[in-house]
Amino acid sequence: MSFLLFQSSVVVYLLATAAYLVFFLTQKNTLRRTGRAIFLVAFLLHTANLIARAFEAGHTPITSHHETVSFFAWSLGCCYLSFRWRYVVKNLGAFVSLLVFGLMLIAAFSSRTMLPLPPALQSWWLPVHASTSLFADGFLALSCIGSIMYLLQEREIKKKRFGLFYSRLPSLETLDKLNHHCLSVGFPLFTLGLITGSLWAKQAWGAYWQWDPKETWSLITWFLYAAAVHQRFTVGWRGRRVAILSIVGFLSVLFTLWGASFLLEGVHTYVA
Amino acid sequence: MSRDAIVLLGVNHKTTPLAVREKLALAAGYEEPLRALGQLEDLREYYLLSTCNRVEVLFTCRDVERARDRVLDLLFGQAITNAEAEQYVYRYVNAEAVEHLFLVAASLDSMIVGEAQILGQLKEAYRHATKVGSSGFILNKLLHKSFSVAKRVRTETRIGAHAVSISYAAVELGRKIFGALAGKKVLLVGAGEMAELAAEHLVAQGIAEVVVANRTLQRAVNLARCYNGRAVSLEELLDQLRQVDIIISSTGSPDLILRKEDVRSVMRERRNRPLFFIDIAVPRDLDPGINDLDNVFLYDIDDLHNVVEMNKSERDREAVKAQRIIAEEKLKFGKWLANMESTPTIVQLRAVVEGQVRAEVEKTMGRFDGMDEQRRQGLERMVAAITGKVVFPALHYLKTDNHCIGMPERIKTVRELYLLDTTTGEQEES
Repeated sequence: MSFLLFQSSVVVYLLATAAYLVFFLTQKNTLRRTGRAIFLVAFLLHTANLIARAFEAGHTPITSHHETVSFFAWSLGCCYLSFRWRYVVKNLGAFVSLLVFGLMLIAAFSSRTMLPLPPALQSWWLPVHASTSLFADGFLALSCIGSIMYLLQEREIKKKRFGLFYSRLPSLETLDKLNHHCLSVGFPLFTLGLITGSLWAKQAWGAYWQWDPKETWSLITWFLYAAAVHQRFTVGWRGRRVAILSIVGFLSVLFTLWGASFLLEGVHTYVA
Repeated sequence: MSRDAIVLLGVNHKTTPLAVREKLALAAGYEEPLRALGQLEDLREYYLLSTCNRVEVLFTCRDVERARDRVLDLLFGQAITNAEAEQYVYRYVNAEAVEHLFLVAASLDSMIVGEAQILGQLKEAYRHATKVGSSGFILNKLLHKSFSVAKRVRTETRIGAHAVSISYAAVELGRKIFGALAGKKVLLVGAGEMAELAAEHLVAQGIAEVVVANRTLQRAVNLARCYNGRAVSLEELLDQLRQVDIIISSTGSPDLILRKEDVRSVMRERRNRPLFFIDIAVPRDLDPGINDLDNVFLYDIDDLHNVVEMNKSERDREAVKAQRIIAEEKLKFGKWLANMESTPTIVQLRAVVEGQVRAEVEKTMGRFDGMDEQRRQGLERMVAAITGKVVFPALHYLKTDNHCIGMPERIKTVRELYLLDTTTGEQEES
């Protein structure tokens, strides 16, 4: 059941991405509405998939690599839709759907077997810690997308050569606001993820912090974002510099997600 | 039995230098001049429009020459001499007047083609005219038509949606930097024609405040008044930079007036809120290095030219389309006017024929007054029906488009056939 839902949501995400990309190039408004509707359908299918899998596995489905990446994609969709509801950011959908689809592809190619949970992980900390962290990642991913768009747009305006992006991307102000919003939600969530993880570690292994690679990299990421947020609120950094910091921060998030798990050994290795 | 002529007199930025326009502008509002026009008995209907760039009066009258002289004398007589009036004031009559009004409303006659502000000003002026009751049947129709023409041009062409001039390009860039321009503040350094043009466009976008800095304060004060802004001296420039968001510089200064270092220190105090500099002075006022600072964007006149060039071919196409719409609407309005012309003839014809039928019926059946209600109503219906049947061919002849015979010609024929212009009594039915 969950398998079928997952498959179909990947296909529908692909359709949504295609619609958004064609809209990005042609700027036909009907396509945007179609793209949004398809994206929403894909998102609902995906939600159903997560619920079905939770029932089949008997625990929150954020343990294997497949589940983690899939949940990451879902939280990104959530953040995007929550943002879409409050602000209008022209053509954000094209970028977001591309990333969501990419994540879903990665999830699709990793093993989907459901393995029993080791006793150490059987705790209600699991949903709290994992979902908070992944939601934080969703917001940070959105901030990274906003930053990339900002840099593209700013480059064209500064260089005074208007190509593909000038008319298609929203104003710098809007993109900066998107980044601001995502950082001010994503960073506290990320901090919360670190704290809950630490409390859970105390409960499961008896120590708050054990310097395993994933923890270390999370801390590095946290410092990167802390720097961005600090500079933003005290010195009034904005625009380009914060955008670059956000992108670097998100690369660090990705490394924490994959690099720290596959390249470096530690307690956070996925169950699968 | 010809109808009134529609006459339009005015000055605008194309025909008249700013110095003269300033003198002619109706500084005290519409009330007083409208009332003064009301004193002239030559005018039937009239309306006045006064903006920063134009003063126009539109009226209907019988004797075009006489009314024109009187109106000119009344409105502009004190400010300029007759020779000057002859030179600057344009005069349009009938179809030309209609076309000009449509061009103005559709913002094709504006300093910045396609700007949206003019329509609001037109509506405001019309409101004043209706308030004093100076617009009548013809002007009401004409002005409402001009509003809908403007709307049609705006929706059917993209004349308003593209960078149609340098200042428009600047506004579009501003939008890409700041998002909405509403609430932003603009500083004009130097008060030249170009700066004025750009400011006008920005104000149309809902800019919150216009600050004018100029070497001679008087000029700054004059320009600032035009946009409800305030004037400052050039020495306060750096102070002002902390508050404004867009700076348009157009001084005649041979040296740079702002250097990179000045702006860098200001940015710290602004907490990096973006600044957009537009340098339209030749030679340049602003250090090109300013563009290298984060969150600061500098465009000079050449950069803007390039932006405009990119949009140019599109703009030309849109302008042609807009002109076509205007021509079409002018034609339609002309038809309406021509029909108007035939209306008095139709009314008169009906009255004459009905009178004759009624007289014959009364001759046979006795006077209508003495009859009982039911019988009288029956006969009234009969009179109306016979009248309708008799005049139908004539009305049909008047109202159907006929390419060989013009409307005035046809009216004349009908009037002669039915002897409408000869004294009553000699009338006979043909």
